[in-house]
Amino acid sequence: MSIFDELEGIHAEALQALETAASSAALDAWYTQYLGRKGAVTLQTRSIGKLSQEERPEFGKRINEIKQQLEAAYAAQSQALKAAELEAALMSDTIDITLPGRPVNPGHLHLTTQTLRQIYDIFGRMGFEVYEAPDVELETYNFDLLNIPDYHPARDMWDTFWIDQKQPAPDGRLLLRTHTSPGQMRVMRERYPEPIRVILPGKCYRYEQITARSEHQFYQVEGLAVGKHITMTDLIGTLTQFVNLFYGPGHKMRVRSSYFPFTEPSIEVDMDCILCGGAGCRVCKYTGWLEIAGAGMVHPVVLKNGGYDPDEWSGFAFGPGVERPAMMKYGISDIRLFYGNDLRFAQQF
Amino acid sequence: MKIPLSWIQDYVNVKDVPVQELRKRLDLAGLEVDSITAIGYPEAELPWDPEKIITAEVIAVRPHPDADRLVLADVNYGGAAPEIVVTGAPSLYEYRGSSDLHLKVAFAWEGAELYDGHVQGWTKRRLKKTEIRGIASRAMVGSEKELGLAEEQTDIIYLPGDTPVGVPLVEILGDYILDFDIKGPFGHLQSVFGIAREIAALLNRPLSPQPLHAAARLGLAATGEPGFVSLEIQDPDLCPRYTAMMIRDLAIGVSPLWMQLRLRRAGMRSINNIVDITNYVMLELGQPLHAFDYADLRALPGEETPAIIVRRAREGEQMQTLDGEVRTCDEEMLLITDGGGPVAIGGVMGGLDSEVAPETRNVLLEAASFNFINIRRTSQTLKLFTESAGRFGKRVDSELALAAAARAAELMAALAGGTVDVVAGDLYPGKPEPVILTYSPDRADRILGVVIPRDEQKRILAALDFRSEATNAGSGWQIAVPSYRLDVTRPVDLVEEVARVWGYDHFPHTLIDEPVPPLRRNLQLEGEDRIRDILIRLGLDEVITYSLIDPADEDRLNPNPGQALDLPGEPVALRNYLSLERSLLRRTLLPGALRTAWSNLRFQESIAIFEIGHIYYRVGNPKPEQAETGIAEPRRLLMLLSGPRQDRWQEPTDRRPVDYFDLKGIVEALLRNLGLETASQWTRVSHPAYHPGRSGAVEIAGRALGVIGEIHPLVREVFDLPAQPVVVLDWDLDLLLALAQEAGRQKKAQNISIYAPVHEDLALVVAEATPALAVQRAIIEAGYPLVIQALLFDIYRGPQAGEGKKSLAFALTYQSPSKSLDERDIEKLRQRIVKQLARKLNAVLRSA
Ligand SMILES: [Zn+2]
Repeated sequence: MSIFDELEGIHAEALQALETAASSAALDAWYTQYLGRKGAVTLQTRSIGKLSQEERPEFGKRINEIKQQLEAAYAAQSQALKAAELEAALMSDTIDITLPGRPVNPGHLHLTTQTLRQIYDIFGRMGFEVYEAPDVELETYNFDLLNIPDYHPARDMWDTFWIDQKQPAPDGRLLLRTHTSPGQMRVMRERYPEPIRVILPGKCYRYEQITARSEHQFYQVEGLAVGKHITMTDLIGTLTQFVNLFYGPGHKMRVRSSYFPFTEPSIEVDMDCILCGGAGCRVCKYTGWLEIAGAGMVHPVVLKNGGYDPDEWSGFAFGPGVERPAMMKYGISDIRLFYGNDLRFAQQF
Repeated sequence: MKIPLSWIQDYVNVKDVPVQELRKRLDLAGLEVDSITAIGYPEAELPWDPEKIITAEVIAVRPHPDADRLVLADVNYGGAAPEIVVTGAPSLYEYRGSSDLHLKVAFAWEGAELYDGHVQGWTKRRLKKTEIRGIASRAMVGSEKELGLAEEQTDIIYLPGDTPVGVPLVEILGDYILDFDIKGPFGHLQSVFGIAREIAALLNRPLSPQPLHAAARLGLAATGEPGFVSLEIQDPDLCPRYTAMMIRDLAIGVSPLWMQLRLRRAGMRSINNIVDITNYVMLELGQPLHAFDYADLRALPGEETPAIIVRRAREGEQMQTLDGEVRTCDEEMLLITDGGGPVAIGGVMGGLDSEVAPETRNVLLEAASFNFINIRRTSQTLKLFTESAGRFGKRVDSELALAAAARAAELMAALAGGTVDVVAGDLYPGKPEPVILTYSPDRADRILGVVIPRDEQKRILAALDFRSEATNAGSGWQIAVPSYRLDVTRPVDLVEEVARVWGYDHFPHTLIDEPVPPLRRNLQLEGEDRIRDILIRLGLDEVITYSLIDPADEDRLNPNPGQALDLPGEPVALRNYLSLERSLLRRTLLPGALRTAWSNLRFQESIAIFEIGHIYYRVGNPKPEQAETGIAEPRRLLMLLSGPRQDRWQEPTDRRPVDYFDLKGIVEALLRNLGLETASQWTRVSHPAYHPGRSGAVEIAGRALGVIGEIHPLVREVFDLPAQPVVVLDWDLDLLLALAQEAGRQKKAQNISIYAPVHEDLALVVAEATPALAVQRAIIEAGYPLVIQALLFDIYRGPQAGEGKKSLAFALTYQSPSKSLDERDIEKLRQRIVKQLARKLNAVLRSA
């Protein structure tokens, strides 16, 4: 057997042995056996003296090639082995991933706040800014200036909490606002002669028995636009945007004639019932429709009381409510849950 | 307002219109139908099978061969031979032995479903063939109860004599009752005829004016001096018209079935034929009527003819009304009086003394017109809410009075055998001027944003009885408003009429085509929302509690009566309230928060909440000219924590109850977010509601924000809270936001140093009373700008610190913006700090 053959034999044997080295120790032993200072391949270099001058370079080249190959194979095997060992170690350190995480308790915004924010956002995109007015209101602002004189049947629409006044002045009687509409008068008187686009939110109060459907305190939000060319179709279009953005696209809407003392013409906007999809159910009184908002063109008397000449200006107003839209959206059947502040309810939102 | 569709059918044909379709049209036109109740029709509670429940005729009644109480009725139901029915109906029993009868009845075959007439409430049963004492019976004659028309079991139903035989009963007595919810002061919609008029206009169909023309049918003449009564109106401002008619020789009795059914379906009870007729005409036309027993009306002294004088009451004048109550009037109330005194509170309720009674023979029928505001005032003042007052309060057309009186008189003649005096009394001092409005179709377009064809507008107005006058000058149309449309006073009211009948569903959708008005920020709301967002990130839930609280809650916050509870301004209470617990406007958010804590801690072990809301107190008198209410409504921020610091978990967690420092940590994070952390001053104060040793006041820039601390154990007990610390912050939100805004304006970015920081611990011994915050701030100040952090990590009290002293250990971080600090720099810095603290706070460096 030539030295060359011997070298190739060692090479093949080393490669084969490497494959069976399945632990770090075996791998180290292999290295010592073949590539160590006294390893089989290393020892082969000493055989170079037995070769002729012509053969020597060729042998030297070959032995280097084999060394490099074996070093590379060793490195690869060593890396694979380490990875496998790490993997085994990790596998022995498992947890039950179904156990609950360390509790983190973020807070929750009140559902009313969330609903108001959505409404502000929707109308904000259409140029409406938020304007706030007081809870305790002058009777004139809550009623008379809005075209609702004393004893007028229109007043029946609101049961009122009156403030106990030590020295009651006939024109300065105070009440808890029954709606956010007095804000219309306040913003008009403040802003004239600017055009107006505002959203008026706030707590309102009614002297009504408290039931699942009615609370003595609730939120309202209404919109008011006053300008030179504002129309009923603008009102309907604006409310359509609201329905699309608040309830999602694809809802059917209808517009009915209605009555409010401070608008003329007055309308009511309905949307197909969320609960029954329009087929008719108890909630929608078997009509398939749910009221979304009362609205209308600002009554000439109200414009005039606000300082705007009704021959020159027009405007619209609408009130989509706050709790009711949320109740419809989430299927809440009892309005008392809003201000009863049971956190088991609040934390759902 | 309940209206039977069968009644509407008297004036406008709606037979071919499906009732749901009709409802839709009415809803869209603003006549909202709240509900529809079917009677007899398939959607009814008890549908009447048209095959099995039909009209029939009892032609003979024979004795039962084997039972004394029962009879055999031969019933012609339209078949070849009469059907024999065994019955115990008392009124048929009376006919025993008679033949050649024509009694029209409701007839039910076996298999028909009916209510059981012999049990309370509504129990359905299916009619079965029976054999009663040897005689088979396959059918029955029905009562109102069995058909679901009356609650109580009564006699069998007798239908009008002209009822055809063998037709489904539902065609004769079936009905739909429309319950309208009409908002607003619309007198013209308070009647069957008024609704029929709307329907006729909406469907573009003819309307029968028959009920309005009774005066002509009677050949009635009207005069101020009718002879049978002497009339006077002393206060025409409150009574613009008073009419009276005389009906003689009446027989008081029971109303016919059709009238009883109509009244009942409209929600009224049947009393007797005279009262029923006044109610019937009120429902039909909307005009309240009152019938006086003529025999009870007195003449003025020295006169023969009874008198009716309409005048304001004298202060304190009393009368006994129909309901038996004695009413005391004031000077603004209107009375109907006779020669002897009050006989009615005008338009509200009649007097007991002149009530129609079974023995009444002659009736004076009143149909008047009253000032609607005054009626409402009287009704509200006396708390006397009658059908009459309700209708007058929504305005009744004064032109209607005599027509309605004539209509009722005509019915009294027909149904109670009376004779009508053909001269009526009629005083009409307040006859209104006709209302003519100038309607501009262009203006309508401008308001509506849609061009409705001119001829369509004309057609709609005409259909609603708005007559266009011949003089159509310029672009405006002169429109005459019918007398009953008291709600139409401005051209814009006509725009609404056109729009609603044309239909809003035809309107295009547009958006405002104008420049956006000048934009403004709402800093108040932005500020609130910023705080909300920070606090929910810190784990607090937002609550919104009631503005109205129990007045006693203010006292409950003050367990030591000697101490004054410092609430701002004068309290604001309600004059009328639902309950005392909701009768005072809050001057503090604290009771609401404590009650929220109480209600939630029953269900969960911990709570972390905040509220942003207004408080209310009186600061002065209202100034309406300046739009000022005299009530301050500042905003407050309240936070409350209670319960274990951490939830349970599979490994041990920190289950100690939250305390002052948990809340303070949140507050510090909030202040940091608002750029206010370094400015706050914390001082211990005592506030009656708080633990005296664990509460403090916080100031920024010399301005008091409010309190933070643990709730006083006695207050906690009064509010029934569990025995664990409840920590609360109660601050002036307006001030906090103003300070945050100021800080925001001055905020400048800080450069970040690239040089390595050096860390060092420093322990300083100070007097026990020296606040840690003062030491920490002094270190930062002394080392400025190189000490970038001084974190207190240990407090030691003991022999090594000395009596009355404590040692505070701080972890300091030194860092320069411009260089690496070396040992010499640090040494210098340390000495500076120690020297300054010794001078300022008598602090001594604790030897290591
Ligand atoms: Zn529904």
